[in-house]
Amino acid sequence: MVNTAVNLNGLKLKNPVMTASGTFGYGPEFQDFIDIERLGAYIVKGTTLHPRQGNPYPRMAETPSGMLNAVGLQNVGVDKFIADIYPNIKDFNSHAIVNVSGSQVEDYVETARKINELENIPAIELNISCPNVKEGGMAFGTSCPAAAEVIKAVRKVYSKHLMVKLSPNVTSVVDIAEVAEQEGADSVSLINTLLGIAIDAKTRKPILSTITGGLSGPAVKPVALRMVWQVAQAVNIPVVGLGGIMTAEDAIEFLLAGASAVQIGTANFIDPAITMKIVDGIESYMLEHGFEDVNELIGGMITE
Amino acid sequence: MKKHIQDLKVIENQAINSQYYLLKLRASGTLPEILPGQFAEVKVDKAPNTFLRRPISVHDVVYDKNELHLLIEKKGEGTITMADLQEGESLNLVYPLGNTWSIPAKTESVLLVGGGCGVAPLLFTARKLAENGIKVTTLIGGRGTANLLRIDAYKPFGEVFTSTEDSSHGETGFVTQHSVMQNLQAFDAVLTCGPEAMMKALGKMAQEQKVHCEVSLENTMACGIGACLVCVQDTKEGHKCVCTDGPVFNVNDLKW
Ligand SMILES: Cc1cc2nc3c(=O)[nH]c(=O)nc-3n(C[C@H](O)[C@H](O)[C@H](O)COP(=O)(O)OP(=O)(O)OC[C@H]3O[C@@H](n4cnc5c(N)ncnc54)[C@H](O)[C@@H]3O)c2cc1C
Ligand SMILES: Cc1cc2nc3c(=O)[nH]c(=O)nc-3n(C[C@H](O)[C@H](O)[C@H](O)COP(=O)(O)O)c2cc1C
Ligand code: FES
Repeated sequence: MVNTAVNLNGLKLKNPVMTASGTFGYGPEFQDFIDIERLGAYIVKGTTLHPRQGNPYPRMAETPSGMLNAVGLQNVGVDKFIADIYPNIKDFNSHAIVNVSGSQVEDYVETARKINELENIPAIELNISCPNVKEGGMAFGTSCPAAAEVIKAVRKVYSKHLMVKLSPNVTSVVDIAEVAEQEGADSVSLINTLLGIAIDAKTRKPILSTITGGLSGPAVKPVALRMVWQVAQAVNIPVVGLGGIMTAEDAIEFLLAGASAVQIGTANFIDPAITMKIVDGIESYMLEHGFEDVNELIGGMITE
Repeated sequence: MKKHIQDLKVIENQAINSQYYLLKLRASGTLPEILPGQFAEVKVDKAPNTFLRRPISVHDVVYDKNELHLLIEKKGEGTITMADLQEGESLNLVYPLGNTWSIPAKTESVLLVGGGCGVAPLLFTARKLAENGIKVTTLIGGRGTANLLRIDAYKPFGEVFTSTEDSSHGETGFVTQHSVMQNLQAFDAVLTCGPEAMMKALGKMAQEQKVHCEVSLENTMACGIGACLVCVQDTKEGHKCVCTDGPVFNVNDLKW
């Protein structure tokens, strides 16, 4: 038997595999394909104070090894989440984590305050990195003072595990990660999507209704790995790595770069059962390579 | 309804002409229950630029042989690559996905209208309607004869009419100009799939004549299971997912 459990600053996961916000619905969408209780944790859709319709269609463009999305945080809003969705997911023997999004500091604070009351939600992931909303979103994650302001304000009202999700659309992701640590984040997750554009040469028009969108999938993996590696060296709080993970081997690469856990995003669209394969694959890797504890892999990249 | 992820075996891949093909698949076990109008998310291997699965309608189901048939138009890399699938190769499907038609109770007579490859979801529909004793009339339209697909396959279920824009088969013009369309009230429901402009024009005629009309939409998708929210259609009740709330919508619910 190998140990796959990891401890994210007090948040104990049975294994390091989580799902990424916006790619896993609220969880039940995947119940025909996987056993949700075998996930370390799962992060539900970006949730805002008020319901949002998101951006107009079309809001997806495929690329050779990934996709651009411009969903723009379509969600039912925190009150409906609490009333209608929470009751259906609260009893899974895994951790449901809510991705909290917003366009103003007060919205983030109010949403976090409401989620704080939910007994079976042990953590929030503060999304200061959504590239697809006009105000707020990524603006909070691309400037140190703005990031400090929103994290500080949420920290005051949120008493459980606070994970802050970082944007790759910055000159120095380390600076923002350090701000998150200083303002009391319990962990950081990265990366959110990379800002991009898709143009249809035939019509000479943009494919997305919003022109720009967020790139995800294998195309972003090397960038994500680099950022995880840089941040893991700079901060003392745990780092959750994501961006383009399609296989167990990809997940292990993130652990080696310094991530204590990983999130699976776009890969869920290609194979709705992928998370189980990654959970099993990490165990197989450990057996094959003689590791008894997954924690030995974290930051285990050999550089000399 | 339980969704499955399964490898199905190609038992036949028949070119209809240079643009369309009929792909027959067989499940290794018993096929799950499938409703007419539903679709599958198909994983295309050996197509380096095709990252996402491709949504393809269930064209027909042969339960006693565990066969699932797909009718596909070559559009881009994904559908062109699948045209080369050989007997014995396997294809990975997530299915059955989406909703089904919701014709009114006491329906006695239904008109199916398919434009080009839009006839795809209508064959299994015709089969099920006929099994339930409902009279089926089918109108198949296209630019020319090469775009009129599977006419003979529809004939066992009822009368089949055709129209072409180039006058090469049936009546001349768009399906909406066909003579059966002039008396829509003879039908309790019209079910249609095809180019959006065709469905919009048809939907408008049905609304004017107060005939129940449902359309099957083909918005681009990623997950196919309601998780990513990229496939939304703007409806009178806000954004709805074509993959889970659709692909079939009552035309009265759309903002067309
Ligand atoms: C629910 C559903 C059921 C479908 N059923 C069938 C079916 O039974 N048979 C069939 O042949 N096709 C069907 N389609 C359409 C089919 O999914 C697309 O034609 C296919 O994904 C194209 O993939 P490709 O790689 O060949 O082309 P791509 O390279 O992806 O695209 C080729 C060109 O077509 C355009 N295009 C691709 N998909 C769409 C779309 N959904 N709407 C508008 N433009 C598009 C692209 O912009 C591009 O210009 C269905 C779609 C949906 C959503
Ligand atoms: C369709 C879609 C919707 C997303 N929605 C959210 C969201 O609501 N909140 C968020 O923090 N990230 C969201 N993301 C970003 C992912 O959680 C993840 O950070 C990104 O996709 C990179 O990981 P991947 O390459 O494994 O998908 C979304 C991504 C996609 C593709
Ligand atoms: S395709 Fe993902 S929600 Fe419809």
